[in-house]
Amino acid sequence: MLAVSVLLVTGSTLAGCSGETSWKTEVLTSMSVKINTVLPNNRLVHHNTKLRTERVSLYYGTFRALKDISLDIPEHAITAIIGPSGCGKSSFLRLFNRMNDLITRARVEGCVELDGVHIYEKSTDVVELRKRVGMVFQKPNPFPMSVFDNVSFGPRQHGRKSRGELGDIVEKSLKLAALWDEVKEKLDQSALALSGGQQQRLCIARVLAVEPEVILMDEPCSALDPVATLKIEDLMTNLAANYTIVIVTHNMQQAARVSDMAACFLMDPDRSGVLVEYGPTSQIFTNPKDKRTEDYITGRFG
Amino acid sequence: MEMRTTLRRKLREIQDDILFMGSMVEKAILRSVDSLKKRDLVLARTVIDDDAKINEKRFDIENKCIQLIATQQPVADYLRIIITGLYIATELERIGDYALGIARITIMLGDEPPLKPLIDIPRMAEKTVDMLHRSLDAAVHRDVEAAKNIMAEDDEVDNLYDQVFRELLTYMAEDPKTINRATRLIWVAHNLERSADRVTNICERVIYVVTGKMEELQTSKY
Repeated sequence: MLAVSVLLVTGSTLAGCSGETSWKTEVLTSMSVKINTVLPNNRLVHHNTKLRTERVSLYYGTFRALKDISLDIPEHAITAIIGPSGCGKSSFLRLFNRMNDLITRARVEGCVELDGVHIYEKSTDVVELRKRVGMVFQKPNPFPMSVFDNVSFGPRQHGRKSRGELGDIVEKSLKLAALWDEVKEKLDQSALALSGGQQQRLCIARVLAVEPEVILMDEPCSALDPVATLKIEDLMTNLAANYTIVIVTHNMQQAARVSDMAACFLMDPDRSGVLVEYGPTSQIFTNPKDKRTEDYITGRFG
Repeated sequence: MEMRTTLRRKLREIQDDILFMGSMVEKAILRSVDSLKKRDLVLARTVIDDDAKINEKRFDIENKCIQLIATQQPVADYLRIIITGLYIATELERIGDYALGIARITIMLGDEPPLKPLIDIPRMAEKTVDMLHRSLDAAVHRDVEAAKNIMAEDDEVDNLYDQVFRELLTYMAEDPKTINRATRLIWVAHNLERSADRVTNICERVIYVVTGKMEELQTSKY
């Protein structure tokens, strides 16, 4: 069922793409945006690049959904991808744990790196990749099982067996997800009985249980009420100290509130998604450099 | 569960910045008057140089407030706090400019012989700085009562100004050679009087933060 993607990258072993010409991409005017390493709050000063794309294009069959995206995503920070519907935000997010592999006729060109290692190599272990790069979806999707079993599901799959060890992982993960106090008395109850906001934090706990390095979030709050949304946002802010978070959202205010870096995607006339502007969130929302970003975030179009 | 940790953390940062800027301005006022009293031109130059840092801090605070408005969608008291932060930073910057003006007068007077020992002008400076310090305390603690009390104390500064003014007029009437020096000292007193008025503006904003009402509660004599 998996991996129908045709990979043009042919570089040898596990290596990054820079300096090599072993991958083939059309040479178009690519937008390479360098990360400002100094934010007003100094949080990004020493941050390494965790995820990186270089001239990435994504095709669904003959349709080019993303066009030449080059982006450096800093470690231990929150990066938001904003843009109107259909501009390829979610497709872009799914590059990082190869979720697009699940889509027939999806094809990736260019370079996608995690810690400097290209992840579209034949040798890439996709299961291991998805352990390192977890994902939270729009609609909370707890498994139809107990709270405990939801959180311990991943570790069990990855070979952790003892009830004691799993118990520790479950408690730690639920605490990290700011859910422990609300569910510690009902670990054996069905996860489906939790509220929407609790379910979403449970899904985050489930991701945390396998100790990922990166958490991808695709509209994690769009199904939640404002209070649950703010809880998730606070949770994200706390997690950013130890995890790299990338969030896709339609909600520009949310992107403004939670992210350190923001990337604005728009649709080209040929309907391909392009990166228009990338920079510190405070700058994007007070003084965007590109007129199109300004028009989008101020609501003059989109 | 208290939410909006980012917004609250950044508000605390802005508050700390304002307190820091307040201490810079307090120091500037005291030093400028000290430089005048002691005819210390080096100190006067320090005050002038340091004013650039005060101005920088003001823009820094303004930028932080603007970024918070743009990114955090503050409403109600959060919004009032940010707006007040912007306003206080502007007032502090202006008080800093008054200190700068006094330091310049120190330099203008240079080595002219002192007209008289300065008593009331340093007293005005101390009173103004005391009011300023407490107005920022009141801002931090959202203390309307304290703010109102401080505003009432502006009369004391006004009275000292009257006293300085009358005294210097006497000097000038008696000896026209003192006019240059005496006029400049009146400017100094005027700068301090204006500084205290700015403090009452800060107090008005403290009341605004708490009550949401904008009103001119007390008009200075000047």
